[in-house]
Amino acid sequence: MRLIGWVIALAAAGLTPAAAQTPASSPTQNVSTATAPSTTAPPPAGTAQNPGQPDAATAPAAATPAIAVMAPTPGIGEPDGRTGLQNQVTPIGEEAANFHNYWLLPLCAAICILVLALLVYAIIRFRRGANPVPSRNSHNTMIEVIWTLVPVLVLVGIAIPSIRLLRHTYSPPPADLTVKVTGHQWYWSYEYPDNGVTFDSYMLKEKNDPTRQANQRFRTDADGPPLLAADERLVIPAGKVVKFIITADDVIHSFAVPAFWIKQDANPGQLHETWAKVDRPGVYFGQCSELCGARHAFMPIAVEVLPPAEFAKWVASKGGHMPGAKPAGPDSTAASPVSASAVPAVTTTPAAAQPTPATTTKQPATNQAATAQN
Amino acid sequence: MSTTADSLHFEQPAHDAHHDLDHKPGFFTRWFMSTNHKDIGTLYLIFAIIAGVIGGALSGIMRWELMEPGIQVLNRAWPIGAGTANFDEWTHHWNVLITAHALIMIFFTVMPAMMGGFGNWFVPLMIGAPDMAFPRMNNISFWLLVPAFLLLLGSSFVSGGTGLGAGTGWTMYAPLSTSGSTGPAVDMTIFAMHLAGASSILGAINFITTIFNMRAPGMTLHKMPLFVWSVLVTAFLLLLSLPVLAGAITMLLTDRNFGTAFFDASGGGNVVLYQHLFWFFGHPEVYIMILPGFGMVSQIVATFSRKPVFGYLGMAYAMVAIGVIGFVVWAHHMFTTGMSVDEKMYFTAATMIIAVPTGVKVFSWIATMWGGSITFETPMLFAIGFIFLFTIGGVTGVVLANGGVDTYMQDTYYVVAHFHYVLSLGAIFAIFAGFYYWFPKMWGRMYNEALGKIHFFLMFVGVNIIFFPMHFLGLDGMPRRIPDYTPAFAGWNYIATVGYMITIAGVAVFFVNLFWSLAAGKKAPANPWGEGATTLEWTLSSPPPFHQFSTLPKID
Repeated sequence: MRLIGWVIALAAAGLTPAAAQTPASSPTQNVSTATAPSTTAPPPAGTAQNPGQPDAATAPAAATPAIAVMAPTPGIGEPDGRTGLQNQVTPIGEEAANFHNYWLLPLCAAICILVLALLVYAIIRFRRGANPVPSRNSHNTMIEVIWTLVPVLVLVGIAIPSIRLLRHTYSPPPADLTVKVTGHQWYWSYEYPDNGVTFDSYMLKEKNDPTRQANQRFRTDADGPPLLAADERLVIPAGKVVKFIITADDVIHSFAVPAFWIKQDANPGQLHETWAKVDRPGVYFGQCSELCGARHAFMPIAVEVLPPAEFAKWVASKGGHMPGAKPAGPDSTAASPVSASAVPAVTTTPAAAQPTPATTTKQPATNQAATAQN
Repeated sequence: MSTTADSLHFEQPAHDAHHDLDHKPGFFTRWFMSTNHKDIGTLYLIFAIIAGVIGGALSGIMRWELMEPGIQVLNRAWPIGAGTANFDEWTHHWNVLITAHALIMIFFTVMPAMMGGFGNWFVPLMIGAPDMAFPRMNNISFWLLVPAFLLLLGSSFVSGGTGLGAGTGWTMYAPLSTSGSTGPAVDMTIFAMHLAGASSILGAINFITTIFNMRAPGMTLHKMPLFVWSVLVTAFLLLLSLPVLAGAITMLLTDRNFGTAFFDASGGGNVVLYQHLFWFFGHPEVYIMILPGFGMVSQIVATFSRKPVFGYLGMAYAMVAIGVIGFVVWAHHMFTTGMSVDEKMYFTAATMIIAVPTGVKVFSWIATMWGGSITFETPMLFAIGFIFLFTIGGVTGVVLANGGVDTYMQDTYYVVAHFHYVLSLGAIFAIFAGFYYWFPKMWGRMYNEALGKIHFFLMFVGVNIIFFPMHFLGLDGMPRRIPDYTPAFAGWNYIATVGYMITIAGVAVFFVNLFWSLAAGKKAPANPWGEGATTLEWTLSSPPPFHQFSTLPKID
């Protein structure tokens, strides 16, 4: 028995130097993103979706210039190794982050410091050397009542803003856009029921990833950080209330975007909704947040927030239509504002980064894409 | 109000009966057919140490893998899951690691150590009973645990769908654990839980019966040491919560094998139903893991402060309150599953209420020290460390209790940090505190004080370096249960792994101390801790006679 304990203890201790020697070599990095065994080959499978669209055949990349890859801003919408919450870009996120940063966190710190101070004082003042004769005191009704009631009051002080936050979270304004989010093992698919747009979103692999197929697009820095960048981003309009309807088709996933303060489990057989109103155009990343099997870590969520006009252009480029506009007819009316609004704040990279065969650029009967281009 | 026992006067047996009481059976009968609560307690402790080493080694593999971005460790040929060449099998192996680490630490380390080990050893001693109420059932409880552990370990060698082993997470959420995991691994894990649960239920029945019926004359409930109170409350939690787990995982089993659809929407079931059932067990379970620790820390703080416990009744009923409220807060583990706003508001409020009795306990421990004459032997260091670290874990628990805030934290490393602060730093520190505290009593030898203190300081520093940065990772958005992460998370992960190495060094010192002291430790007197140690076990020799209290002590 002792022997076993020894052997295991030594083995465990042996781990330590080995771990310390783990080389920080870059080849390991290759392995890291080496997803996709040949069995599932995501991108071709991705293109297979949406059989309802007849001639979704590869519109030449040049025909969809409207979509440029918006580069994310470092430190916003993505982790950066900080010690606090990510910057919040939704009203709920701001309220919740303020509640956390300016009320909960200081309170927690104060309680910990109080307990630590009392402990340190007791340790010093009542050590045997300083206080050889212990008191026999073991009751003080007043102080017991105080340390029961004061925490109650503190908790009431937490509960009020907390309940208010919940009420606000559950009282969304009327939605301007609805997106249906479906989790799969291991990718997301997004459907814009009012716009006729549907696509899948896979994690982008690194360039030197051995499992990446030759014609498969690889991640660039404009796409986002490793393991967070997706080949097709979920695109939503800035300043609009977006309702996400969330489900899954195999196991439970969880749709989460920290910068929006949203996280909703995607339960097979159920529809749940959450919402976000993002004013700042930009790119925001999240990850699946419920264990969903082997590649749970490799199904990121990448959200691109575009100004409404740009968004309309994007919808058109995906072969969809804006709800107000008729699919075929009033091209000119829809087109003119679009072309007028070039968004300066957004850095764009050449559309050349887009020619992935994985992305089904659906081009239905309406030639909206071409229209938006005018 | 007499509590711990300066006021417990009892009559020594008129003659020294140890000679007659020390007749021990032969080796096989003694250890494999044990009916002696102390021997069974020893078996439980040995079992928990072995399981803890395995569970700790698994966390070492995980910290090694997480030290840097990328997959550096899972792609090696492991004894478990050897020769897996395929990326999905590597990452499946990760899920097996997290699953096994959690189940081993919860069901096979903390619970056996606290209830099986210290509970068996010291509940009868502290209440002045000759043994447990059902000695043979006690034996069954222990021996059910062994096949349960073997089933769990064995599941790592059979198919769990994508790769070898059950990669469902310890919560075994459907449908990942049903349609999402073919192969026998998950079935074996479910059976392991069934057996471990049956073992704990039998143990709980035994404790409740013992404590209610076998207290020495004069030891009323309100004179029981707080450790006995904590075991009593824990036993009720086990008795009431484990059957629900058994039902839930039985439904998983039939969903997997017999075509039922309890948790399958396509057959009219509901995936979230499983989570409600699981957490109805799972939340009391976290108190099952910490309450005996509360009891031990109360004894230890009183002993080394040389004062009776402050606010004894408040302490006892705070544990009762925690136990009761612990049953009505389960859905705070499920804030992101899609609840109604009323549900979230209720579970937010109910969860925060638990902070009140917990605060009473923390303040009472400090008040027990207040005015004392404190010495800082190793058990006291671990107890003080427990109080502070448990407070940190407690306040992050209050943060997580807020349904609206939990949206962000749920399933991130913030939660991992929180529950390791209350369990890895709370429960495990309490176990070490109890182990050092009762080491002289159990084995009749003193541990080495210097090594004990080195162990404490290495471990205190190490676990904080592991787990404190996890708060930052969680706030920055790092999800749980991922084997690889984006480079932004690399810095704090590296530091956490360094903390693991320091912790392992501390644990190595513990084992050196353990074996050295067992072999060559100084002989322990009946009461090595002086006037502060007032409970009944210190009135017996160290180690106690094989059978004790053949004449019951009387307590006024």
